[in-house]
Amino acid sequence: MYSPEILLTAVLNGLMTGAVYALIAVGLTLVYGVLHIINFAHGATLTAAMFAVYVLHAAFGLDPYLAMAVTVPGFFALGYAVQRLVIGPASHGDDGNILLVTLGLAIIIENALLVVFRSDTRSIDVPYGFAVIEVGPLFLSLPRVIAVFVVLLVALLLWLFLARSTTGQAIRAVAKEKMGAALVGIDVGHIYAVTFGLGAACLAVAASLLMPTFLVNPRIGNAFVLVAFTIVVLGGMGSIPGALLGGLFIGVVESLSGLFMGESLGQIGIFLIFILVLLFRPTGLFGAKA
Amino acid sequence: MTTTSSGIRRRGLLAATAALPLAAPHVRAQPAAVKIGILQPVTGALAQDGEHGRLGAEIAIDHVNRAGGIRSLGGARLEMVFGDARSNPEGGVAEVERMQAEGVVAIVGGFASPICLAASQAAARYDLPYIVDVGVSDQIVQRGLRNTFRFGPGFGTVTRAALDNLVAINDAAGKPAKTVVIVHEDGLFGSGMARLLNAQLPERGFQVLETIAHPTPSRDMSNVALRIRALGPDLLIPSSYYGEFVLLARTMQQQRIRPKAGIYAVLNGAASNFRFVREFPEAANHIMDCNHWADPRKPLTAEVRKAAEATGRFWLYNIPLNYSCVRLLADAIERAGAADRGRIIEALAASTFDGHIMPYGPTRFENGQNTGAAPVNTQVQNGDIKVIFPRAFADAQPVFPAA
Repeated sequence: MYSPEILLTAVLNGLMTGAVYALIAVGLTLVYGVLHIINFAHGATLTAAMFAVYVLHAAFGLDPYLAMAVTVPGFFALGYAVQRLVIGPASHGDDGNILLVTLGLAIIIENALLVVFRSDTRSIDVPYGFAVIEVGPLFLSLPRVIAVFVVLLVALLLWLFLARSTTGQAIRAVAKEKMGAALVGIDVGHIYAVTFGLGAACLAVAASLLMPTFLVNPRIGNAFVLVAFTIVVLGGMGSIPGALLGGLFIGVVESLSGLFMGESLGQIGIFLIFILVLLFRPTGLFGAKA
Repeated sequence: MTTTSSGIRRRGLLAATAALPLAAPHVRAQPAAVKIGILQPVTGALAQDGEHGRLGAEIAIDHVNRAGGIRSLGGARLEMVFGDARSNPEGGVAEVERMQAEGVVAIVGGFASPICLAASQAAARYDLPYIVDVGVSDQIVQRGLRNTFRFGPGFGTVTRAALDNLVAINDAAGKPAKTVVIVHEDGLFGSGMARLLNAQLPERGFQVLETIAHPTPSRDMSNVALRIRALGPDLLIPSSYYGEFVLLARTMQQQRIRPKAGIYAVLNGAASNFRFVREFPEAANHIMDCNHWADPRKPLTAEVRKAAEATGRFWLYNIPLNYSCVRLLADAIERAGAADRGRIIEALAASTFDGHIMPYGPTRFENGQNTGAAPVNTQVQNGDIKVIFPRAFADAQPVFPAA
């Protein structure tokens, strides 16, 4: 049996890892909630965002957090353009096509990154990369504590945007009833693209939060997307609070089951939850009835 | 005009290398090039290794051609037919078939054991000589395939050397390491290593406190670090791939976990990788590895390393291993005196080649395995990777205990 300090550290580690999972899942669930598609390019987009942070640091010495000022608008615009110019036109109104288009995009992005950056694993070294906050006997990694607060802030901003702004209302309208929204004069194509852009922007934030302590190679995004998908299902497809809580919960489950069952078997915890949710509560914790 | 000027340049080059007694410029037409297959995974999970393996082969081909090609074939140039094994055995086999169709006389490479196993078997159907560059699985040379040769050491040799060397280094320092924690990736490679270490370490006087498995890729190594802290071992023995090991080393540094005697890796993806050393000099400092490594005392090693680093890549062991394998093949073709597969296989089997840059001595194949092949112990010391053991090849003293 482990000492209480170690258990507490494991729970905190889980929360810190889970916060980033949550942000990645928020992007995925937002796109699902509005467009009703699983974006298979989500992982590749995350990888691209991480490389963007890496390049800004390597070429211009830009701090990964400050890089958000460039990458967040950049990835929003990119996501908007991709939905507007590629996915939308290519889908011909059929969701099945969208799946394949995003899958194709994922392959193109991954291989483009492989050509440009080769397959090396890269990381960046920032002065605070090894900084810790000492709380009693615990050493909490400073960049990961920052990540938790940034994720909570982003979730709050996103919630306010969806609840209060006109565009947010339009997004919710399209999510609920596409035909009705179009009938009252909402530009559905525009709203789709805005949503896709928001999803990509979430990934840009996640990339900046990951890079000070993590690493990047052209395939790294996939490591996060499978777990993000589990979180989306757990929280309820399309639910932002669900994704947030689900992310934190999965982080803690992964951490504790890793501690007790070993890192390899610990992954079972995540997918056991995935199966149980599908069996007993297919709508997820916060999901609306279909 | 062009022939004359190239002849003069060639003469200058040959005189500079001073290796050829018959350095007359060839004004007649070049003989047909000898095609050799270079098989490496340059896409997929193993692409980093594959790219560096290809680089080593390219430098070797360049050196052979610049020194006058294959002289017994009238100065025939070596021509690379490259195949991407796509990080899986099926990809490797498909490329062997293509290389066979393109008329290669031999194949070098494969990198990962599963690729080497499948590709060498595919090559055996055509009696096509196959030189394994890395693939450590001992099965590779135990199938009775007469076309398959492995220049580097196998898993059994590496692990035996790793344990013997550890005991020697530990004894010399007054046995500071008694307790061990093993961290390994949960695939075939890491799990096999962990099983073997668990069986062997107690016999050699070490107590294994715990064996921790982790998946590849891992998103977080905090828990592994936590358990290491809780166990407080003298020595940590990790067998992981690059990304996970870097993550673990960084987390341990952040959490201020420093095993007293140090970190002793076996065939680790990062501990003898200059990218890790350059990016995290503090986390990497004093980490030891038992792995393939070029002989630092050979002058040719420095030359190959310079050529490799000029391409902007880091000096990984794949480069000298593939360089040496291609030079070994060129030597065999030279002695075979013909681009004939059967005769090249015979020439390889009888090889005593010593123009390589590995710490092995003259080559001698026994059932396809180079009996002189052995790993060395390296240690990261102040931003450089030094050979610390065996003493005959070492260019630095071990820092042990490391903390």
